[in-house]
Amino acid sequence: MEGDMKREISFIVNSQQMKLEVEGHLRLIDLIRDQLGLTGTKEGCGEGECGACTVIVDGKSVNACLYPALEIEGKTLITIEGLLEEDNKPSFIQKAFIDNGAVQCGFCSPGMIMSTKALLDKNNDPSDEDIRTALLGNLCRCTGYVQIVDSVKAAAKEVRRKS
Amino acid sequence: MSELKYIGKTIPRPDSGDKAAGKALYIHDLSRPGMLYGKIKFSEHAHAKILNIDISQAQKLPGVMAVVTAYNTPEMRIGFLRDNFILKKDKVRQFRDEVAAVAAISEEIAEEAINLIKVEYEPLPGIFTPEEACKENAILIHENDPQGKPLKSNKVPVLFQHSSGDIEAGKKAAKHIVSGEFSTQWIQQSCMGTAGAIAEFDMNNNLTIWTKTQVPFLAQRDFLGFLPVLGLKEKNVRVIVPTLGGAFGTGLDTHAYEYICILLAYKTGKPVKIVYDRNEEFACLSPRQSSQTKITQGCDENGKLTFREIEVTQDNGAYTSWGATFPSVMLLPATSLYRVPNIKFHANIYYTNNTYCQAMRGYGNPEVNWALETNMDELAELVGMDPYDFRMINCNKSNETTPMGLKVTTCALDKCMESVANKLDWKHSRKQQSKFRGVGMASLFHVGGGGRIYKSDGTGMFLKLDDFGNVYVSHGGVEMGQGLHSVLKLGVAEALGVKPEKVFINQVDTNTCPWDVGTHASRGSFMAGNVTIRTANELRSKIFEHAKTLFPSLAEKNLKSFCKKNPSYEAPKFDIKEASQKGNFDLIDGYLFIKDAPKEPWLQVELGTLLRAIHFREQGTMLSAQAFYDPPNELPDWDKGYGNMSAAYAVGAQGAEVEVDIETGEIKILRMVAVHDVGKVLNPQTLKGQMYGALAQGLGYTLYEQILTKNGKILNPDFRDYKIPTFKEMDFPIDLEFVETNDVAGPWGAKGVGESGLCPTAPAIANAIYNAVGIRVRDLPITPDKVLAALEEKRKQNKK
Repeated sequence: MEGDMKREISFIVNSQQMKLEVEGHLRLIDLIRDQLGLTGTKEGCGEGECGACTVIVDGKSVNACLYPALEIEGKTLITIEGLLEEDNKPSFIQKAFIDNGAVQCGFCSPGMIMSTKALLDKNNDPSDEDIRTALLGNLCRCTGYVQIVDSVKAAAKEVRRKS
Repeated sequence: MSELKYIGKTIPRPDSGDKAAGKALYIHDLSRPGMLYGKIKFSEHAHAKILNIDISQAQKLPGVMAVVTAYNTPEMRIGFLRDNFILKKDKVRQFRDEVAAVAAISEEIAEEAINLIKVEYEPLPGIFTPEEACKENAILIHENDPQGKPLKSNKVPVLFQHSSGDIEAGKKAAKHIVSGEFSTQWIQQSCMGTAGAIAEFDMNNNLTIWTKTQVPFLAQRDFLGFLPVLGLKEKNVRVIVPTLGGAFGTGLDTHAYEYICILLAYKTGKPVKIVYDRNEEFACLSPRQSSQTKITQGCDENGKLTFREIEVTQDNGAYTSWGATFPSVMLLPATSLYRVPNIKFHANIYYTNNTYCQAMRGYGNPEVNWALETNMDELAELVGMDPYDFRMINCNKSNETTPMGLKVTTCALDKCMESVANKLDWKHSRKQQSKFRGVGMASLFHVGGGGRIYKSDGTGMFLKLDDFGNVYVSHGGVEMGQGLHSVLKLGVAEALGVKPEKVFINQVDTNTCPWDVGTHASRGSFMAGNVTIRTANELRSKIFEHAKTLFPSLAEKNLKSFCKKNPSYEAPKFDIKEASQKGNFDLIDGYLFIKDAPKEPWLQVELGTLLRAIHFREQGTMLSAQAFYDPPNELPDWDKGYGNMSAAYAVGAQGAEVEVDIETGEIKILRMVAVHDVGKVLNPQTLKGQMYGALAQGLGYTLYEQILTKNGKILNPDFRDYKIPTFKEMDFPIDLEFVETNDVAGPWGAKGVGESGLCPTAPAIANAIYNAVGIRVRDLPITPDKVLAALEEKRKQNKK
């Protein structure tokens, strides 16, 4: 847009310090997908209704489509790409989703997995009700959510096993 | 059959890793060097004359590379009946009509350019219901047919009907008769990944298009028909299917946006991408067909059905997609769910100025099943029978031919219903153990062995082996989330005799994959499995033929190195050459061996070793195989509604236990049970995923999903106002069970079941609501306000 000032911001994305120029009107999802090339974060609605663009900012899950890119200044951002462990290994949450059949078309999966991470970072023994509440903002049209709930529980069990 | 190693086992699907890691590439994630962004200007009226389109301001905007309208481009008709145009001239017939489009260097500029296009309209009166559309002297939505012949009415010229037995005799024989009128709403398929395409021409003017389709080869054919319109003769189209963020029927037709994308790419000489945003997906992509169904059924004093009459009316919207052929599938439950000797079925479909409709999972089956399975309960009540017993009396069995000519080879409907009843503790639960709670059930009958609604129902496969024992699978079936790649990977591993990790599935690409009619009609796994078995057998024969001469030397080489490591080893006496000549080989997990040979490790030759021996020698060769499978089914005669359209039939039953809040009208699902005859479970995990997912879609269809319109304008084009089931709604237990009947036509006995899960959900829930509080809502969705109104009506009637 005309007259839209560019500003330099610095932040941490997936453990990497980043410094770049962004336009004032830019949404976080555009910064992530277009400028950083991290296309694992999906845009399902652009209105904060589907959760496909869920990422974690300073430990909290947010909809990247509603979040102004400028506000990431000084913060820590984790996207789905940041979950992979060393040597291209899926994280335990991703593995739980894979092993328990939570992935069908997969478009909602990155967002679901990020919401799961935000939940499990705070609560390693969530009830079904906790899971449904934490993931309520993430829509899925393929699975009926059953195997997603199973996966979150399996991932939580893994957290407890490790701790 | 020897024991299966991979089929039937719970093995995570091969595409889930990349999808969970965000590595899978959907159309949204693809880009090409120098790519432009296309955007469409849609109509602002449901029905209006186009007086003028002013594109001058848009053309002047820096960054705009092309602006197209019907006035500066050649005419192109599209759609099932060729009654649609990629860009509209003279008049618009629905709110989402494409009147202009632009290609620009960024999405923002494209959007700005669209807003600079000014269209002058002269509004016309609109028609928004089939009732108005079929009135005499109704204004015509289409003045002419595609051949230019004047049209006399708004009736869409497609005919689906059926008549069997003697309907009047059936009525006479009936002791009890119940009629009812039911309707279903427009719902949005609601793929999480919206629709989109990228089109690009090379310097020979051959087109490559990456697009969200379920019918890559029919799409190729459609787009090939467009190139001559652009003046391009003897050119080719390559369709590549990226990872799909769901499809659910939205990819059965080619859409105006795809042609516009191609047009813009040709005009600019650059790759052009058009992706719908969520608002466009809701407002400008065709929803599921709506329907109105009148049903009358009768039975004798013993509860045996004597006749069934069904008349369906569909609101086509402004143009015709494959969705207009919903009645071809409505015929299945209408003629063949339960044994009925005398049947009449008729469907009418009318043009309106509403959004035009298209396919969705179930394809007419849930629409008719909604009326049929509710009517079954009503008839049972009139007879004074338990609806479960009533269904059992009329239940289909294996090895019967239905009035439509459907040859039902395997059918465990009785077992499915019995299990549903047991799981629900039926007899006890029906007596309303507590207030406002009830149980209900409903069955389904659907295609399970392909569905021939086109001249070919076939599919091809090409298997290529490399020098390392890897197998590359080229197949035209589309993975849209349902788990087709799981079936392909495990199926090839099983049928060929290699480990699944050695099987690699090529992206669907019309340049490299053999033809497939499309991934619809629950045919993906059934077709892929069958063609896999055939192609793998072909390849095995080739491998074994070469092994006759090459196996002995390879085994002897093995023996030498084995003896080196095990100096004291004494090999059993065995004439390898003679045994090899007989060609009695087997291949399991990538190791070749002679079936009756001693089980010595050196007598097993690794597939890659053999392949290298076949390749790297004088006059060597490489191995591949192909096969084409067209199932043993028939293209029905639609005038008669007769013909065995599928090679197998899927049946099943679902049950629901609900609680009705009589203060708010809300329906709480306490639990659902679903028991399906699937022929054979190929992968329990992916099969469950299909069933849970379909059931959830069925639940949304039953209770709240609905596209709301006013004079043709869609009022709720977003997830805020159009609610699909969320974690909150799916909070009840689902008890799933699969019955295996090993169908003769099925790969490893399996039937196609991708759609089964949502066919009986609505009537199962509605019947449970009736059991709970004694009301019937006959127009879906069963919203709280309708429930409250029905409860009020019942109170009034009770007072009388």
